[in-house]
Amino acid sequence: MSEPRPSALQAAPWSAPDRARAVWSAGALVWRRLRRSRSAVLGLSILAVFAACGLLAPWLAPYDPYASDLENSLKPPSAQHWLGTDELGRDLLSRILYGARLSMVIGTIAVAIGVVLGVPLGLLSGYLGGWFDLLVQRAIDVLLAFPSTVLAILLVTILGVGLVNVMIAVGIVSVPTYTRLVRGQVLSLKEQEFVDAARALGAGSLRIVFRHILPNTLAVLIVQTTLQVASAILSAAALGFLGLGVQQPTAEWGAMLSTARQYIQLAPHTLLFPGLAIMLTVLGFNLFGDGLRDALDPRLRA
Amino acid sequence: MWRYILKRVVLALPVLVGVSVVVFVAIRLIPGDPAQLMAGQAATQEVVQQIRQSLGLDQPLPVQYLYFLRNVVRGDLGRSLFNGAPVAEELAQRFPRTVRLALASMAVASLIGIPAGILAATRRSTWVDTAVMLVALAGVSVPVFWLGLNLILLFSVRLQWLPSFGYETWRHLVLPSLTLGAASTAIVARMTRSAMLEVLGQDYVRTARAKGLAERVVVNRHALRNALIPVVTVLGLQLGTLLSGAVLTETVFAWPGIGRLLVEAVLARDYPIIQGATLLIAATFVVLNVAVDVLYGLLDPRIRYE
Repeated sequence: MSEPRPSALQAAPWSAPDRARAVWSAGALVWRRLRRSRSAVLGLSILAVFAACGLLAPWLAPYDPYASDLENSLKPPSAQHWLGTDELGRDLLSRILYGARLSMVIGTIAVAIGVVLGVPLGLLSGYLGGWFDLLVQRAIDVLLAFPSTVLAILLVTILGVGLVNVMIAVGIVSVPTYTRLVRGQVLSLKEQEFVDAARALGAGSLRIVFRHILPNTLAVLIVQTTLQVASAILSAAALGFLGLGVQQPTAEWGAMLSTARQYIQLAPHTLLFPGLAIMLTVLGFNLFGDGLRDALDPRLRA
Repeated sequence: MWRYILKRVVLALPVLVGVSVVVFVAIRLIPGDPAQLMAGQAATQEVVQQIRQSLGLDQPLPVQYLYFLRNVVRGDLGRSLFNGAPVAEELAQRFPRTVRLALASMAVASLIGIPAGILAATRRSTWVDTAVMLVALAGVSVPVFWLGLNLILLFSVRLQWLPSFGYETWRHLVLPSLTLGAASTAIVARMTRSAMLEVLGQDYVRTARAKGLAERVVVNRHALRNALIPVVTVLGLQLGTLLSGAVLTETVFAWPGIGRLLVEAVLARDYPIIQGATLLIAATFVVLNVAVDVLYGLLDPRIRYE
């Protein structure tokens, strides 16, 4: 590729408008590359549809997602109910639209918790080294010994079920990934000249870590975060399915599947649509994440 | 080599101790009083107190931990709060079933994943490649419990070809192993593809082609053998994930393994079982990862450890 790499924008002692312009043009460059990637475009389109569904759920939903109508329970898709109704006669389309909102919120907040806890830990662990690094890394080793589903189950057992606790549990599960990733980045970055330069100019550790090293890990972090939202949505749905996550009657996709399982013979449509919604959303994040990786840093291409 | 093996084992020990601390602390953080739970709602204070003493719950936490560790080393994991059966026996009965399921899923992952990856690599940038990679991406995006339910719907309810629960025969194994193996299949296919692409670009492959070998021979004999090394590692690591990640699949198919035991215990608040199952799952994962590292070193003589 002949284009300059976007990371060239840091480290120069530019004025604020210069910096803004540089960020802008780097963003434009990434956008141009993204548009050329078929998987990124496909992923982004899927995500845009689901985000719109989530945001506009109250206006798009033809029915109240919680209004039951027992005379019309477990009805297959029809002109009145495009995706049919569930065991209480609630409109499945409306519940899936509200579920989109919930899944997006759960995925985003859970991952935000993972970033807020995991990134600083990885930055400090990598930069400071020594006993702090040793301690953090062994703790991460221990956490990684638990498969993510098992760790999430254990955390929810301690915290209790419900929306907020699910987000916390799923968030904590993603901490080791971020800590490992960022630490690795820091270890290679901290040997580079711009860090020496900053130190020679008298910058303290915290300033070096957060102002000079952190911005250079952003590309990798953004890619990881996109993929991480996908797995957070899957984990939260799994907890909902096991009855350990968001509880009935909330319109959460995993919890909806947990009920649908009992009507697998009578009403397979109640099983089909919520699962399809989960899969498409997760696929959207995965496709977009792959495309983003190629656009942000061609060297990382798998 | 021996020093390397020894080093890996010694490094795993603190992790195992850490795992035991995490499990011990986590169980004690669960709200609710196990003694009260065992005694039942109607029990008098005295009975509850007695049970608390017999479980050692009246001791300070560090003392409790040391007792716990001593018992774990002896293979004593306590008794289930509900049927009073020794936890270790329950685990010993169920673990082989989870192993069987994990091995079958790994067979699925290798038998489908490796050929799919080769196919995608040899037909690079054609619709075959695109299709395989899209299916692989779908494989890691599909919720595993939903995939299982759909297989039940299709093959058990509609076609009535295969049973949806039970664990006795190979027929019972088909749907659960396809379900559990799906994500691993996708990962193996992606790994095989990228490893093959790398190898196919090497000079010795060009030499093999230049001397007029059939493409089939070039791919199978020259490229594949070298590409398989990273794939084998991934497969090994997948076994750990499969063994420990069977929670959802086992729940969907009522497969009486460790994962389902854990979910049932969580729902019933059976603390000793939760403790034993999580401990076993995490320990298995740690031990398997060490084994994979060591095997990797044995398989590939080019790898030399300091």
